[in-house]
Amino acid sequence: MSIEVRDIAKSFGAFRALDGISLDLPKGELIALLGPSGCGKTTLLRIIAGLEKADAGTIRLSGADATDKHVRERQVGFVFQHYALFRHMSVFENVAFGLRVKPRGQRPSEKEIRERVMRLLDLVQLGWLAERFPSQLSGGQRQRVALARALAVEPQVLLLDEPFGALDAKVRKELRRWLRRLHDELYISSIFVTHDQEEALEVADRIVLMNKGRIEQIGRPREVYEHPATAFAMSFIGTANEFRGRVEGANLRVGNDLLPHGQAGLEDGSPFVGYARPHDTEIVAEDTTGLGIAAKVSRILANGAAVRVELVANGPAREGVTDYFEVDLTAAEIAARGLTPGQRVRIRSRRLSLFAEPRR
Amino acid sequence: MTAAAATTPLAHSASARRLEASLATRDPGWVKAVVLTVGLGFFAVFLLMPLIAVFLEAFRKGWQTYLAALVEPDALSAIRLTLLTAAIAVPLNLVFGVAAAWAVAKFDFRGKQLLISLIDLPFSVSPVVAGLIYVLVFGAQGWLGPWLSDHDIRIVFAVPGIVLATVFVTFPFIARELIPLMQAQGRDEEEAAVTLGASGWQTFRRVTLPNIKWALLYGVILCNARAMGEFGAVSVVSGHIRGETNTMPLHVEILYNEYQFAAAFAVASLLALLALVTLAVKTFIERRAKRAGAEETPT
Repeated sequence: MSIEVRDIAKSFGAFRALDGISLDLPKGELIALLGPSGCGKTTLLRIIAGLEKADAGTIRLSGADATDKHVRERQVGFVFQHYALFRHMSVFENVAFGLRVKPRGQRPSEKEIRERVMRLLDLVQLGWLAERFPSQLSGGQRQRVALARALAVEPQVLLLDEPFGALDAKVRKELRRWLRRLHDELYISSIFVTHDQEEALEVADRIVLMNKGRIEQIGRPREVYEHPATAFAMSFIGTANEFRGRVEGANLRVGNDLLPHGQAGLEDGSPFVGYARPHDTEIVAEDTTGLGIAAKVSRILANGAAVRVELVANGPAREGVTDYFEVDLTAAEIAARGLTPGQRVRIRSRRLSLFAEPRR
Repeated sequence: MTAAAATTPLAHSASARRLEASLATRDPGWVKAVVLTVGLGFFAVFLLMPLIAVFLEAFRKGWQTYLAALVEPDALSAIRLTLLTAAIAVPLNLVFGVAAAWAVAKFDFRGKQLLISLIDLPFSVSPVVAGLIYVLVFGAQGWLGPWLSDHDIRIVFAVPGIVLATVFVTFPFIARELIPLMQAQGRDEEEAAVTLGASGWQTFRRVTLPNIKWALLYGVILCNARAMGEFGAVSVVSGHIRGETNTMPLHVEILYNEYQFAAAFAVASLLALLALVTLAVKTFIERRAKRAGAEETPT
């Protein structure tokens, strides 16, 4: 089922949770709504499901207006962050619930219900737990039951609200892969909400990046990671070193230092913020050209062959904030350069993404 | 449910054992002795002794007098009226209580805090005042008095007044029992049921009701005990007409005032018995609810 979201707005009291959201989600994709907490992503998901009513705007499901349609009739499967399993029912009955509450005419026979539920439980690899109660399951198992329960009514779209948020890191990683496989098998349009960029980058076909009730960028994971559309997108997705300053010819003046920005046609004196990924940042000796941000190596964190170097800005703290930088090198490079904690160096970027800032 | 489970007696006794086991946290013997003596002594003097006294007084003149006092027509009428009142008031408050708790726990609306405070009103108002309110509204000199007497409807000094006063006094029991539980359980399960296609009634019957059944039963038991035992409010609206508008508590008072001590205590012993049965059922329900709660506690 395709989903069209048009100019959705929603406020809670004085707080604008959603501010004119428009989205087009084609059929069959797995989409991540990504953003920091409080950005409105869960509210948007709940509005699509019909659990929350928008103040303005329309939702179209499969081309038909569903704005005023009841949750029951929208044919959405919803998976809650805290599972929301029926605590007094066995796993089997939880999954069977959606079938049992169907109007008498559409309700499958007891035999069909049994077959369908067992098939779904096998799909989520929990057939052997059918008679258990939710309280006897681990978090990961509960979430898979919740998913089977949502799939039992054959929804046109699957909505997942932070599905792995309450699980520990290892289970989360497993379930992520598993969700991706399941989606490729069933090919059902799915939207999942997450604040974990790694999760979004790894699982989703497309990412909808949200901030403060607005959409910052929509794109394929690679696209969003490599070509962030806004300063927020750059800083939220992946790690990035931030340099805030004003243009001075071919350089950006950051505090007392000059950072080459490598771009032409920028107006002198205009404020910009530049971002560089750790692997696009380089460490140079302190005394060569005077170009680059003065910094001091604070820690060298080895993680196999890759090494992350943490540095602290050397200059006077700007506005009371100490700047930290991260640079990715290989163990061999560290050894060849003889970098040690406490050493004074300069950092430069091989590829700086610049975003204009409002003039003050 | 974690929060609720943490405060169950089971959890308490486990932590008490831990406290006892450690030398560092164990209290000296005499502290334990003093606390126990004071606690149990108070219990014996103020609770156990009166209870025993009721039964002793009731049987003082033997079985014959006891039974005679209970099968006497006025007593039978009082028992019937008490049962009738409870049979009307408890189901009414069951419906009101569930509706009010449902509204408070599952919906956001303006005036919710006011509603919660209003639910507590019958607890904070003296029962006598509650009774007077009904006399003021429905009595012969009251606001609706002339209209009611024109249409030959009797409320005050009649059974409807007694039922109304009882409903008022016992209103909070069920709602108060359900609201915290339903608030703690949240709306997730109901929302899940609706997304799975359940109607409002199906959601209530299959999801909400099973989750609250023990608390609901507990509330009903307490509500019933109070409905049968209520004195103040009923006394004001009843008019004390023997054989007609006397409930059991009122009948006890009349007998006592007429120096028929054995008969008074005989009827009173029925009320005391009701209290004991209520306690037993309540304990049983608490145990069941706790077991259900323990099963539901996330691990």
